[in-house]
Amino acid sequence: MSLFLAGISVLAALLSALAALVSGPNGLLWHGMLRWVGQATFRPARTNERLTPGRFSRLARTMPFVLLGASGGFAVTAGLIALLGGATRTVTLPFGLPWLNWHLALDPLAGFFFCVLGIPLIAASLFGPGYVREFEHGKHKLSVLGLFTGLFVAGMELVLLANDAFLFMIAWELMSVASYFLVAYQHEHATHRRAAFLYLLMAEIGAIAIILAFGVLAGFSGGLTFEALRSAALNPLWASIAFALALAGFGMKAGLVPLHTWLPEAHPAAPSHVSALMSGVMLKIAIYGFIRFTFDLLPSLLWQWGVLVLLIGSASAVLGILYALQQQNLKRLLAYSSVENVGIIFTALGLALIFQSSGQSLLGTLGLVAALLHSLNHALFKSLLFLGAGAILHQTHEQSLENMGGLIHRMPKLAALFLIGTLSISALPPFNGFVSEWLIFQTALQAGSIQSGILRSLIPTASAVLALTSALAATCFVKVYGVAFLGLPRSRHIARAREIRHPGMLAGPALLAACCVLFGVLPMPLINALGALTQSLTGFVLPNISALGWLWLTPVSPEVAAYSPALVLLGTVAVGWLCYYLLYRRTGLEPRRAEPWDCGFGGLTPRTQYTSGSFSMPIRRIFEPVFDTRETVEEQTEGPASTRVTGLRYQFQVLDRAWAVLYEPSGRAVTRLARWVGRVQTGNIRTYLGYAFFTLIILLWVVS
Amino acid sequence: MAWLMAILQTLLFIALAPLLSGWIKRVKCRLQNRKAPSLFQPYRDLRKLYRKQPIVPHPASWIFRAAPYIVFASTVLAAATVPLAAIHLPTARIADVIVLVGFFALGRMFLVLAGMDVGTAFGGMGSSREMTISSLAEPAMLMAVFTLAMSAHTTNLSQAVNFVLDTGLVLRPSFVFALGGLMLVAIAETGRIPVDNPATHLELTMIHEAMILEYSGRWLALIEWASQIKLMLYGVLIANIFFPWGIAQTFTVNALALGLGVITLKLAVLAVMLAVSEVLFAKMRIFRVQEYLSFAYLLSVLGMLSHIILEAAR
Repeated sequence: MSLFLAGISVLAALLSALAALVSGPNGLLWHGMLRWVGQATFRPARTNERLTPGRFSRLARTMPFVLLGASGGFAVTAGLIALLGGATRTVTLPFGLPWLNWHLALDPLAGFFFCVLGIPLIAASLFGPGYVREFEHGKHKLSVLGLFTGLFVAGMELVLLANDAFLFMIAWELMSVASYFLVAYQHEHATHRRAAFLYLLMAEIGAIAIILAFGVLAGFSGGLTFEALRSAALNPLWASIAFALALAGFGMKAGLVPLHTWLPEAHPAAPSHVSALMSGVMLKIAIYGFIRFTFDLLPSLLWQWGVLVLLIGSASAVLGILYALQQQNLKRLLAYSSVENVGIIFTALGLALIFQSSGQSLLGTLGLVAALLHSLNHALFKSLLFLGAGAILHQTHEQSLENMGGLIHRMPKLAALFLIGTLSISALPPFNGFVSEWLIFQTALQAGSIQSGILRSLIPTASAVLALTSALAATCFVKVYGVAFLGLPRSRHIARAREIRHPGMLAGPALLAACCVLFGVLPMPLINALGALTQSLTGFVLPNISALGWLWLTPVSPEVAAYSPALVLLGTVAVGWLCYYLLYRRTGLEPRRAEPWDCGFGGLTPRTQYTSGSFSMPIRRIFEPVFDTRETVEEQTEGPASTRVTGLRYQFQVLDRAWAVLYEPSGRAVTRLARWVGRVQTGNIRTYLGYAFFTLIILLWVVS
Repeated sequence: MAWLMAILQTLLFIALAPLLSGWIKRVKCRLQNRKAPSLFQPYRDLRKLYRKQPIVPHPASWIFRAAPYIVFASTVLAAATVPLAAIHLPTARIADVIVLVGFFALGRMFLVLAGMDVGTAFGGMGSSREMTISSLAEPAMLMAVFTLAMSAHTTNLSQAVNFVLDTGLVLRPSFVFALGGLMLVAIAETGRIPVDNPATHLELTMIHEAMILEYSGRWLALIEWASQIKLMLYGVLIANIFFPWGIAQTFTVNALALGLGVITLKLAVLAVMLAVSEVLFAKMRIFRVQEYLSFAYLLSVLGMLSHIILEAAR
C-alpha cells in the first residue's frame, strides 16, 4: 500500500514534468497542437471559445503544480503509512540492467524522509503558480521550468525508494542534473551560469565519491542490492575508506564546510520555490543518503568516524552562520544558514555515531532522533523563509537587505508568517527549532557515560560551539527581520510594495508556518512515530521519552530533563494576556501616535537607520580572522596636484575563505595539469599517426 | 498544593524584584556618599509609569506594542522555573535550565525587534550591540550551566539544587570556575557596569537603554519590571545553585519561612557585592566587552574541563 502510494507520487511528479512539456502558452508542443486542432475540427471559432489563451495559460501554468502538489500529498501519505506501520515493503521492477532489475523499497527511514519531502513540496506547489506568473512573458519558457522541477522531484523520490546502488545512483544523477537546469534557468546572468557550472561540477565530484563508496561495499559483497551490501564483510580499514568516501560525497551535496561554496551560489540562483525545495529538501536527501549508508549499510561503526563528523559538523555550523551574518542578499543569507543547519544535523549525527560505537545505543538513538527531527524542522522553516524571500522578490524585485525596510506595514500577512519562520530558525521556545536543538544539547550532556576522557571533553566543547551557533543564528535572523520588515523603507520600490494578492502564495508559507508551530508545541506524537525507524536502525526505541505523558518531552528520564512546550506556550499566552488585560483593559489609556523621540535629535530619515551591514559589523570585527574582507576606497581627484576630491567610491566585500584556501588553488592545479597533459596534443597529424601506430603495437603485444 | 506553591512563589518573585533593585540603588548611593532614595522608590516609579499615556512612534508596528507583554511573560515564565524558596515544585518540570536560557532569548528577541521597529539610529544601535553581547554571553552561560548539569546528571534546576544539597559542602573546582563564569555573564546579561550602565542615557555608550528609548507609559513599566525580575533571577540562580543551604525541601510553614528568610539574606549580600563592584569599576569600551565575555567563556570551559578531568567519578 505505502509503496504503491509512493509509486503514484513519483508518477505524479513525472506527469507534472510531462504536463509542463506539452502545455504552456509557449510550450514546446502547444503551438503544433493548436494548429492541428484548428485544422482537424474545421471550427476554429469554437476551439478558441473553449480554450481562450487566458484561461488556457492559467490552466497550463497551474496543471504541473497541481500534479506536484498531488505528488507531495501522496508522498506524505505513503511516508506516514511506512513510518507508522514500521514494515518494509519491497518490489522489483522489470527495468534496468539485464542482470540487475530495479529494486524499490519503502522502510520507515525512507518513509520519514518522504514526509520531509512532501510537506515543503505541497507548500511549494501552492506557492508556485502565483510566483511563475512573472516568467510567463519573459524570455524563458515556463515549460522548461516545469519539466525540470518535475524531474527533480521525481529524482529525489526515487533516491528515497531505491533499494540497490545502481538505481540509487541513477536517481541521484537525475536529481542533480535536473536541478542544474533549474539553477541555470535564468541563464542571462553570468553569475547564474557560473553558479550552475560550479554546482554541476561539485555534484558530479560528489557523485563519483558516492559511486566509489558503493563500489568498496560491492567489492566485498558481490552484489549491488542493499541486501547484498549490508552483508559485506569489511575490515576496519576498508570500512573507514568507504565511510570517508560517503562522507565526502554526501557531505558535498549537503553543503558541509569546506565543500560548501557551491551552495550559497546555486541556491539563490534558482527561482524561489525551487530554492525552497533545494535548500529545504534536497539537502535532506543527502542527509538521508548519509544515514542510509552509515547506519544501515555499513556493518559496524567506529568512534573515530563520529569524532570526524562531529568536528566537521560543528565547523560547518559556526562558519555557516558567521558567513550568513555578513550577507546582504536575502536568499544568499538563507543559503548560508542552510550550511549552518546541516552542520547542526551532522553534529547530532556525530554524537549518535560516537554513542552508538561506544556501546551506548540508547543515547545513540537519542542523537539520531535529534538529527532526524532537526532535518524535518529545517525543511519546514527554511522552505518557509525561502518562500517568504520569494514573495518579497516577486512583489518588489528586490533581494538586497540594504534596500528593504518597513515591509511589515506593506505586507502584514507575509510579515506575520515570516516572523514564525524567524522565531523557529532562531531556536526559541516554543517553536520547532528549539525542540531539536534542545534534544541535541540533552544528548551532548550525557557525555559523562563515555569511557574515554578525550571524548568526554570533546563533546561538551562541541555543544558549546552549538550554543554559540544558536546565539549567532538568533542574531542573524533578528537582523533579517529587523532590517527587511521593520523600520522605514530604504528604497522607493520597497516603499511602494503591496501585499500578495495570489492566495496560493500565502497559503504555501502559511502551511509551513502552521507545521512549525504544531511540531514545536506538540513534538511528542512525532517523536513517538520515529520508534519503528530507530528500532530498525539502532535496535532501540527511546523508552522514557513520554514518561510524564504526551505533553512532556523527557529524552532520558523525568529526573534528568523535562520540557513541555505546550505548557510553555500556554503560560506565555496566559501571562501576556493577563498583563494586557490588567494594564490596558482596566485603565483604558489609549496610546498616542507621535514622532519618535530619538534622544531629541529629530529629522528621522531612512538613511539614519542601522543597515544590515552595520548591524553585523560588531560580529565581523570580533570574528575578524574568519572572514576574507576586501575594503577599497577610490578617490576621484582633480585640480593641480590632485588636491580636490570630487568623488569617493567605497567598496566593501566579505569573501568566503574557502575560495582562497581550497577552491582557487585546486582550480589552478587542475588547469596546470590540463596544460601539462595537453602537451600530448601537438596538432600535428604525424604525431597522432604515431600514437595510433604505437598503441596498435602495444595492443598486439598484449594480446599475443 | 504544589502547583499553588509554584504560583505563589512566582508571584513573590514578581513582587520582590523591584525591592532588590531599590536595595542595590540604596547601597550604591551610600557607597558614593549620596543621599539614598527610599527602598520602595522602584515601586513608585512603576506606578507612575503605569498611569502615563504611552506613545507609539510613527514607524512602529504591532511588534512594538506586543513586545513588552512578550518580554514580561517570558521573564515571568523563566522566574516560575527557578526555585526561589523551595524546591520540588512542579514548574521545574515544564522547563529546564536550557529552556530558561531560551526564555531569555525569546524576550531579548522581541526587545531587539522592537528596537529596530522604531526606525531610529539609536534603536538599531542598541539592538545590534545587545545581540552581539548576548551571542557571546549565551554560550558562556550555557557552558557554566552544563558544568553543573554534568555534575548533577540533570538539567532540571530543582533536581540540581537537590543534588548540591545532598552532596553537602565539598569544594568542587568546577563549581568555582562555573560560579565565576556565571557571575560575569549575569553582569553582562542584566546590563550592569562594566558592560552597560542602566543609569545613563549618554547616547553613544548605551545598549539596553538605546533599544527601549522610545518606550513610555505602561510598556516602559513592564520592560523595567521585567529587567528587575531578570536581575533577581540571576541572583537567585547564583545563590541557589552554588549555595543552596537553607532552601525549603518540604512544604511546611517553618521550612518555607526559613527558605524565604535565607534567600532574602543571600540576595541582599549578592546585591551589596554587585553595588561594590559597580562603584569600583568603570564602564568599558564596547569592543572590550568581547574580551570580558571571552574570559567568562574561558572560565566556564575550565570549569567543564576540570569537572571531566578531576571530578568525573567512574
